[in-house]
Amino acid sequence: MKTATFRIWRGDVRAGQFHDYTAEVAEGMVVLDAIHQIQAKQANDLACRWNCKAGKCGSCAAEVNGLPRLMCMTRLSDIPLDQPVTVEPMKTFPHLKDLVTDVSWNFRVKKKIHKLTPRMADAPDGTWRMAQQDIDRVQEFRKCIECFLCQDVCHVLREHRKHEEFIGPRFLAHLAGLEMHPLDTGNRLEAAKKEFGIGYCNITKCCTYVCPEEIKITDNAIIPLKERIVDEVYDPLGKLLRRLRPKA
Amino acid sequence: MPEYQTHEHDVLVIGAGGAGLRAAIEASAAGVSVGIVCKSLLGKAHTVMAEGGIAAALANVDERDNWKVHFADTMRGGQYVNNWRMAELHAKEAPDRVRELEAWGAVFDRTKDGRILQRNFGGHKYARLAHVGDRTGLEMIRTLQDHGIHQGMEVHMECTILTLLKDGDRVVGAFGYERERGRFKIFRAKAVVLATGGIGRAYKITSNSWEGTGDGHSLAYHAGAELIDMEFLQFHPTGMVWPPSVCGILVTEGVRGEGGILLNQDGRRFMFDDIPDLYKAQTADTEEEGWRYCAGDRNARRPAELLTRDHVARCIVREIKAGRGSPHGGVYLDISWIKKKIPNAAEHIKRKLPSMYHQFKQLADIDITREPMEVGPTTHYAMGGIRVDADTQMSRLPGLFAAGECASGINGANRLGGNSLSDLLVFGKRAGEFAAKFARSNKAGRVDPEQIEAAARRALEPFDHGASAGPNAEWPYQIQFDLQEMMQDLVGIVRREDEMVRALDGLHKLSERAKQVAVRGNREYNPGWHTAIDLTNLLTVSEAITRSALERKESRGAHFRDDYPNKDAASGKVNVVVWKAPDGTMQVRREPIPEMRSELKRIIDEMK
Repeated sequence: MKTATFRIWRGDVRAGQFHDYTAEVAEGMVVLDAIHQIQAKQANDLACRWNCKAGKCGSCAAEVNGLPRLMCMTRLSDIPLDQPVTVEPMKTFPHLKDLVTDVSWNFRVKKKIHKLTPRMADAPDGTWRMAQQDIDRVQEFRKCIECFLCQDVCHVLREHRKHEEFIGPRFLAHLAGLEMHPLDTGNRLEAAKKEFGIGYCNITKCCTYVCPEEIKITDNAIIPLKERIVDEVYDPLGKLLRRLRPKA
Repeated sequence: MPEYQTHEHDVLVIGAGGAGLRAAIEASAAGVSVGIVCKSLLGKAHTVMAEGGIAAALANVDERDNWKVHFADTMRGGQYVNNWRMAELHAKEAPDRVRELEAWGAVFDRTKDGRILQRNFGGHKYARLAHVGDRTGLEMIRTLQDHGIHQGMEVHMECTILTLLKDGDRVVGAFGYERERGRFKIFRAKAVVLATGGIGRAYKITSNSWEGTGDGHSLAYHAGAELIDMEFLQFHPTGMVWPPSVCGILVTEGVRGEGGILLNQDGRRFMFDDIPDLYKAQTADTEEEGWRYCAGDRNARRPAELLTRDHVARCIVREIKAGRGSPHGGVYLDISWIKKKIPNAAEHIKRKLPSMYHQFKQLADIDITREPMEVGPTTHYAMGGIRVDADTQMSRLPGLFAAGECASGINGANRLGGNSLSDLLVFGKRAGEFAAKFARSNKAGRVDPEQIEAAARRALEPFDHGASAGPNAEWPYQIQFDLQEMMQDLVGIVRREDEMVRALDGLHKLSERAKQVAVRGNREYNPGWHTAIDLTNLLTVSEAITRSALERKESRGAHFRDDYPNKDAASGKVNVVVWKAPDGTMQVRREPIPEMRSELKRIIDEMK
């Protein structure tokens, strides 16, 4: 049977190094299959996260040959197997063990963003009316599986370690999804600017590039948010006019 | 006793899928302190894999729908061994539970007049499933998660429960370990809600993730609760079959709801060859009528592809066994054919079934807008589970509640697609509500240090075996694989007495091996250790399935016996109950189903 070498990062918070493992390669295999095979046969204690194995839960994010990927959606037939395939944990988050990182920061960040505050119901039975075209954009953001690959690749977090000042593309998209939600009456723009550091994003679009759900994070979430902030914060005249003449 | 980190909550919820989160939200809203424990990160539970939708008689698409039709559909789908009270509550309360999700931020697909859109699904008379493309489960879990984290609940992520703590009969907490460092934790609680989901990992081909190891089933059983209906295990008719690495991954029933057809190797729509009597009046006579139904013709009846899952799975197995299957041992599921019927079919398919398009394109090099998929049955859902009171979701142990897949009753012998997500919401809410009530009216119980020490010792034994491991050592993954292989072969879709007796013998041997299971490495994030620990749960539920399946000497719903291929009227009046005797052995008994209230009977008769 055909085999390939997988160069996997092994180690814990104290120290780590690459180990080479040989795995058998069968038709249709993905990187996660190779990891599972190695785990079952050679290294029972090889740590990795995974759940659905179908690209829907976003648990198995890692860096394969240096690229942030979901291991379950990375086909071996799409990567060169004549050289070792490197598999490493995400770099933006503190390392725990092998391929597992401490992503708890993401969960803390989300808690800081105000949840949806719906407007009064449209119908006497307590329900709302929304047109499909008005929710298409929000539905795009809601496809997010929270794999945090966009956070991993974002240089503001990855290189500059601005975790305390910048919430990263995932949560800017989450915030945009709330701001653009047809039912929402909240306003998170000031927080986006002051507390969540949207200004740090210089739209290099790396997040969009790695998103496995193909969400246009930069174009559809971050840039419109920046524009709204400009309108709201840097255009006092416009702001005044809007106050005097509320939306029809 | 060593000092273990101790957490105290009024209500402890174990499991953070749809049911667990909904229970935690409800209990928090009632003003008690809530802790929620999940085996993975928050928001990764198996609920994300639910694709098709949430069944609720909102009547947005077809005003003829109401709770009575939904109730009758659910009972018919379950072949009338369901807990009728649960089916009633479920049908009545599901619409409110769906609307509430919208208020919490869920963004469902819309009808033309701006209301929640509903789609067709197997066994549902009218278009009933509120959905978001084919990623409804993700929408639901994210909505609950994003709402829940602002409700004040404490989330314990990546934490596995080893045992429920008891004070006499009452459940007063749980003992477990966290993955990161492998440290033990004590959770003291006045009430505990189990919402641990399914058991698919007992089988080789399954749509379930590694988490589906029957933890809640097993924890409750060993603590003294009863399990019911364990012989009813749903094999979803359409799982992927090729390539091997994706075998078992779910292909949503929504494909058939949108007009997808099942074909054998000869191109025949074999589902029309065998339509059960119970469904004759509701099923289309011709393929043409079936399409009209999918296209929204209210006077047309469902195509045969939308018969219940148990039946469709068996028909697929029949085609494969008769040599009429596809090259990789499945049958064909074709949605691309609708291009003959509607313009822009490819765009329509991509919009209604985006993740199916994505999944096949990326994992199998198949473009479903152009060519058929290959599919076959995959272990999907346990109808059986912890026996609970229909209204409160409390088990027979005071303080122990259960909701969602790990609880049982609503689905009977077969679950309708879409009824799971609504079940999670309806009974998750009820479990949270009554657990909070229980917590308010009871003081904290006493935790038994000996019980904790015994559980800790047991959990660490595999490391001792690992330290002294010789060439014949038993490693966790191999035992798990052998179990999965055996259950697939001997207690699968088609069952026979002699095979199941062999399975019991096999389970005994596997249990002996599991006692010797060895792990290497340390306690920090060690999947080998986790797999070793999960074996106990897998073995327990496998035994419960096998013993229950032996006890039911008939074929009904998802339970098909080759040696008793017909329904038996007397068996249709009982449930099979499993419990643990004081000597530690598993006991099985039949119990009569309580007489249904007359107005509910009348509804069923009217809908026939």
